[in-house]
Amino acid sequence: MSRMVVNATVNGEPVEFLAGGGQSLLDALRDELRLTGSKEGCGTGDCGACSVIVDGRLVCACLMLAPEAEGARIETIEGLADNGHLHPLQHQCIEQAALQCGFCTPGLLMASKALLERNPDPTETEVRYWLAGNMCRCTGYDKVVRAVMDAAADLRQAEKPR
Amino acid sequence: MSDGNQGGVKLKVVGQRPVRPDGVDKVTGRAQFGADFHLPGMLTGRIKRSPHAHARIVSIDTSAAEKLAGVKAIVTSADFDAGAAGEVEAGESHAAMKEVAANCLAHGKVLYQGHAVAAVAATQPEIAAEALDLIEIIYEVLPHVIDVEAAMAPDSPVLHDDMFTKGVTPKPGKASNVAARHVMGRGDVAAAFKAAEVTVEGRYETAAVHQGYIEPHACVASWGADGQSTIWCSSQGQFLVRAMVAKILNMPLSDIKVIPAEIGGGFGGKTTVYLEPVALALSRKCGRPVKIVMSREEVFLASGPTSGAVMDVRLAATKTGKIIGAEMTLKYQAGAFQGSPVNLGCMTAFACYDVEALALVGYDVVSNRPKVAAYRAPGAPMAAFAVESAIDDLALKLGMDPIDLRLLNAVRDGAKTVYGATVRYSALVETLEAIKASPHYRTPVGNGQARGVAAGFWFNVGGESSAAVHVDEDGGVTVVSSNPDIGGSRASMAMMAAETLGLPIERVRCTVADTTSIGYSGSTGGSRVTFATGMAVVEAAQKVVADLKRRAAQTWECDVGHVDWKDGVATCTDPSKDVKPLSMKAIAGKSAKTGGPIAAEISLNAQGAAAGYGVHVCDLEIDAETGRTTVVRYTAAQDVGRAIHPAYVEGQLQGGAAQGIGWALNEEYVYGKSGLLENPSFLDYRMPVASDLPMIDTILIETKPNPRHPYGAKGVGEVPIVPPLAAVGNAVSRIVGKRMRSLPMSPAKVLAEMSK
Repeated sequence: MSRMVVNATVNGEPVEFLAGGGQSLLDALRDELRLTGSKEGCGTGDCGACSVIVDGRLVCACLMLAPEAEGARIETIEGLADNGHLHPLQHQCIEQAALQCGFCTPGLLMASKALLERNPDPTETEVRYWLAGNMCRCTGYDKVVRAVMDAAADLRQAEKPR
Repeated sequence: MSDGNQGGVKLKVVGQRPVRPDGVDKVTGRAQFGADFHLPGMLTGRIKRSPHAHARIVSIDTSAAEKLAGVKAIVTSADFDAGAAGEVEAGESHAAMKEVAANCLAHGKVLYQGHAVAAVAATQPEIAAEALDLIEIIYEVLPHVIDVEAAMAPDSPVLHDDMFTKGVTPKPGKASNVAARHVMGRGDVAAAFKAAEVTVEGRYETAAVHQGYIEPHACVASWGADGQSTIWCSSQGQFLVRAMVAKILNMPLSDIKVIPAEIGGGFGGKTTVYLEPVALALSRKCGRPVKIVMSREEVFLASGPTSGAVMDVRLAATKTGKIIGAEMTLKYQAGAFQGSPVNLGCMTAFACYDVEALALVGYDVVSNRPKVAAYRAPGAPMAAFAVESAIDDLALKLGMDPIDLRLLNAVRDGAKTVYGATVRYSALVETLEAIKASPHYRTPVGNGQARGVAAGFWFNVGGESSAAVHVDEDGGVTVVSSNPDIGGSRASMAMMAAETLGLPIERVRCTVADTTSIGYSGSTGGSRVTFATGMAVVEAAQKVVADLKRRAAQTWECDVGHVDWKDGVATCTDPSKDVKPLSMKAIAGKSAKTGGPIAAEISLNAQGAAAGYGVHVCDLEIDAETGRTTVVRYTAAQDVGRAIHPAYVEGQLQGGAAQGIGWALNEEYVYGKSGLLENPSFLDYRMPVASDLPMIDTILIETKPNPRHPYGAKGVGEVPIVPPLAAVGNAVSRIVGKRMRSLPMSPAKVLAEMSK
């Protein structure tokens, strides 16, 4: 099976990996780069457990071919914390018990990050519709939605000129 | 054992909401789930599955696949130990190992679409996939049966020639799909119906639904040349996996080490094995580690779900609303092998109510569907759907408030359940009253909306558990738990240890050990971990405190009765001694001089798990054009004993309610004429997403702490999936204007009813 060299930036670092023509970005992240924080829940783009941000766009890594990542800037859950400091979304997630098993959590956090980059002050309804592509079977979403809204408030507060 | 009320002692950690010990791992991607392990030389395993609902396996030819470069091993049921027999404790039920084995790899016949027939291990996923195509299986297709009542019919195709209905005398002379008939009851039901001033009756149906954990089953198995093997897998019980694999592969337990991965949801569906014996059999054949991960389609086709059911229920009542008698027939799908939770359906159906005369008959029925697995309060939600709908009919007929009617009939302490247990430490009445007094219930129903109420019950269980508490040299503590942490149990374990030891929670870490590093424990299921394993943690911590006090006494040369332990510090109460208090750190730092390392392990069989009760209220509206139901407000109240970590208890209530709402409105296994599943994907099997749901309010009732647990805990995880089916159904019925008797109440079904 012929494989091609892909050059991309993952969480700010240049990476080079080999990818098969039919390999998904998710498999490349997990199997080639050993970034196993992104999860496969369905492989068909329905559950969002593999959500990553590619060139600023939220994508299901299971639906993107790895060779398509050539030259792309990819953000995964492993890069969400800043030098060991949790992102406000991560902080609120654990503060508010917005996870139970934690399997969908990386995808939910990446999707939430993409939301807050576009809309720093989302309503509950906006959060719910944005996260409709990220299934969580444990929490019933209540605490997830609250955590995202509180993280949004934290981020707005942090951006305010003092 | 100390009183669950703690004699009014103010708790410092229990009842708080600290960050869970594994929180950071789970928000940073560091947590290792079942599919995240990688070993050098690891092969990819894939499973060849049946394309038919029911067929005889005429032959399996693996020769072409074996010749493919990169294929290292192929197994079929011939590679399992045919003598695998006996039973293994599996969560709430016993599993017959012969059938578990035949479910992992079909023996003689395939019994449902997706039934595993053979497996391949290869160097690359692509090679494994190609090898599957090269395995030639010749089938003789047999007539199939999907629906439960069709499977009970005398002319139905029979799945198992050797299945004779248990619980019927004389023993039937003919094999059938009815594995067992369960009969339960008391009192004179005929007399009750004769005396009744009001009766209601109805037939109810629920669809098979899947647990829907987001993490597909996954494992890595590695066989050693000396037979000693290691399995890394996501499951609800490392000891259960060890026991089942050992039976199926005929190995001593001590040759198998199971390392529990983080588990991405289970809800009961991971209290059995599908992949582990197959992966280890492959590894045994080629001597290399083998990883198998299910696709979502495989999860739907070949794991879980829980039973669909057909139930007939009749209630006899007085005109004041007292239910004096009831009869019910429950027919539950078991899937391809016996073992539906119909007996639990019979036991729980009327567990919320004090009804004098009861007659219940349950049928455990096999058909050409995947074998059911436990799903959160197994057997109870469907039975509650029928009973709580019938009670709603009764409330309508009598013009009574649905809460008042339930209060009139609610079980109180001292009542006898139909299965013989006496009700103790129950707070159903308080839970009903809490809903009645809630802001939600006191708010008038919105325009165009309707409200439904329902109650639910679950036993909760205890059982065998082990835990250890190790004091580190710096005075910190490690708690070693024996149960996979499925929803935050590390937090509750650490909190109970911290409370007992008098330490701040930050000084206590909790780990989940493999099968070689801690004593045996039953699975994470039955809502037993915080109760039973928590009890082991507390008793181990109490033993450590006793040891710390002994060491302080030894240091001070005083009587141990003169040592007080409070807030992690020993103080001497002997007035003749002028000594400074000794901290945990001070004692631990000098442990070598007082007897060596400080640690305790407790293994126990926890008794006294108190039952839990829930009451839910649901407001919803229906789009008249599409038939789509939207839940607009939802409140769940529950008798929780005492909430160790209230946020995670609330989370259990919210998650259970959401699953129940999905069960009520959208989720179902849809079969075509050929007996094949038409919706094995998250796109077509419609689970609730964030935009489908409102916030879910919770009320934790803590008026009746469980005195059999050191901190008053009851199991909390299962009760909350029991009431929602009827809470939603009762509200939908109001808007539709007739009783909705069949789940799911999908838009098409609702539209059809509305336009009739």
